[in-house]
Order: sequence, then structure tokens, then C-alpha cells
Amino acid sequence: MSANSSVAHQFEEPAQQKEAATLGMWVFLATEVLFFGVLFLGYTVLLIQNTAGFEAASDHTLLWAGGINTGLLLLSSLCMALAVTAAEHGNRKRQILFLLITAGLGMLFLGIKAYEYYHEIAHGLWPGAGFEYEGAHQEAARLFFSLYFIMTGFHALHVAIGIGCILWMAAQSLLPARFRPNATSIDLLGLYWHFVDLVWVFLFPLLYLIGRMK
Amino acid sequence: MKSVTLYLLNTAALMVLLAITIGIAFIDLGSWNMVITLLVAMLKAGLIIWIFMHIRGSSSLVRFAMAAGFFWLGILIALTLADYLTRG
Repeated sequence: MSANSSVAHQFEEPAQQKEAATLGMWVFLATEVLFFGVLFLGYTVLLIQNTAGFEAASDHTLLWAGGINTGLLLLSSLCMALAVTAAEHGNRKRQILFLLITAGLGMLFLGIKAYEYYHEIAHGLWPGAGFEYEGAHQEAARLFFSLYFIMTGFHALHVAIGIGCILWMAAQSLLPARFRPNATSIDLLGLYWHFVDLVWVFLFPLLYLIGRMK
Repeated sequence: MKSVTLYLLNTAALMVLLAITIGIAFIDLGSWNMVITLLVAMLKAGLIIWIFMHIRGSSSLVRFAMAAGFFWLGILIALTLADYLTRG
């Protein structure tokens, strides 16, 4: 995170340094693919075994909230991409502006998610001792909501970490030149943010929409 | 500023695909619902990776690292489902 012109001594040129940094980020994202992949696979297996129960339970999620949240994350990805473009063009004001908008959209996402959790817990859908579910397939519904809270919870944790990093880099961008994040740092932050968006693209239909396909 | 136009078009395409995802959920197509929904989700993921995560401009080494993660996930899913989908 040093000044823009610096190339660490193990690299020949800036392009090589940037490729090494990007490669490192993608290796990390590959571990994230497998982390979320296991959850998606577990969900798929249990969906195959409890199809009717999962479809009925999925109807209890708030479709409007999930739909709006998907739109918010897609918009935030656009703003993140614009922040990266601004960083590459050395336009610091636009970079900070778009980073802040991205973080704001992320916070809005978490706010709606928090309202959903509040709504679901108030209706007895937290799969703990007080689980109250009207209708057939009680055990399947309990499994569905266990996975729902684990998967969306880990995703929300990733969003929260992303917001923290975005605000951190936006604040650093206000400092004197040698403390500012360079364009590569903003770019790698963008890769992480887009990945979190990508995970939600699969979470949304699997958790919110399977019950409506009847 | 050509990349800005591309990002805007990409976002518009992703929003259209989101509308298709929600719309198709209310039309009964039997097991085709799940197939179409997953294909649309993969198309969205592809657009995000190709354009927002700018794999289109990345080196082969970076593309290989990206593909490796999904390839291993593919092995995990294929071998697990080969078990669960074929139990008597």
C-alpha cells in the first residue's frame, strides 16, 4: 500500500507486480468458492431429499426483501467497478465518492437483511428451541431455516468485512500521497466485493424462489 | 471512458436477468424452472466474472487460478451427486 510508482524489489516492472497481486487474490477467492461451495452442495443434497418441505419453507422468506437486496448488490458492484476505473485514471475524488456509495449500498443491504432476520425470528422461524412452523414438513422446514441462517449469515459477514475494508481504503485515500492505497489495492478490493455479489446471485434463487415454482 | 459504458450495459443486463429470474419463478414449467433458474444464475455469474472482475483482460495465469476454484467445486458436486442421485 505504498505510493503509486513503487515496485517492490522482487519484481521487474509494475505489470508483473500487479499480475502477482491479482493472482494471489484469485487464489484466495478460489478458497472462498470452495467455502461457499460446500454450503451450496449441502443445501442441494438436502433439497433433493426434502423437496416438498424445502419448497414450502422457502415460501416463508420475504421475496420483496431478497429481490431488492439483489438489485442493491448489483448496483454496488457497478459503483465498485467505477471506483476501480477512477483509481486507474488517478481521479481520487471520484474514487472516494464511488467507494462511499458502494459502502452505503452494502449497508442498505445489511439493513434490509437485518429486518428480514427480525421478521423471521418474530415469526418463530429461528431453528432453535422456540421453532414454531405452521404446516406439514416440520423437520424439513427446520433444516431449511438452519441452512438459510447459516448461508445468509456467512454471506452477510462477508458483506460486513467488505464494507469495513472499503471504508478503510476510502479513509486512507484522504491521507497524504504516500499513505494512499494504490490502484491495485482498490482493484483487489473490487474483486472481493464482486465475488460477494456473485455468491448472492446463487443464494437468492435457491433460498427465496424454489417455493414459488409450483 | 469506454469501460464506463460497458459497466453500465453490464449492470442493465444483470438487472434484466434478475427480472427474468423472479418472473420465471411464478410460471410453472415443472423441473425446467430449476434448470432455467440455474442457467440464468450462471450467466449472471459469468457476466460478473468476465466484465466486473475483468477476467476478459487478465493473463492466462490469473484465468487458470479462477477456473481452478470452480473446477474443484465441479469435482466436489459431481462426485457427491453421483452418490446421492443414484441411491436406490
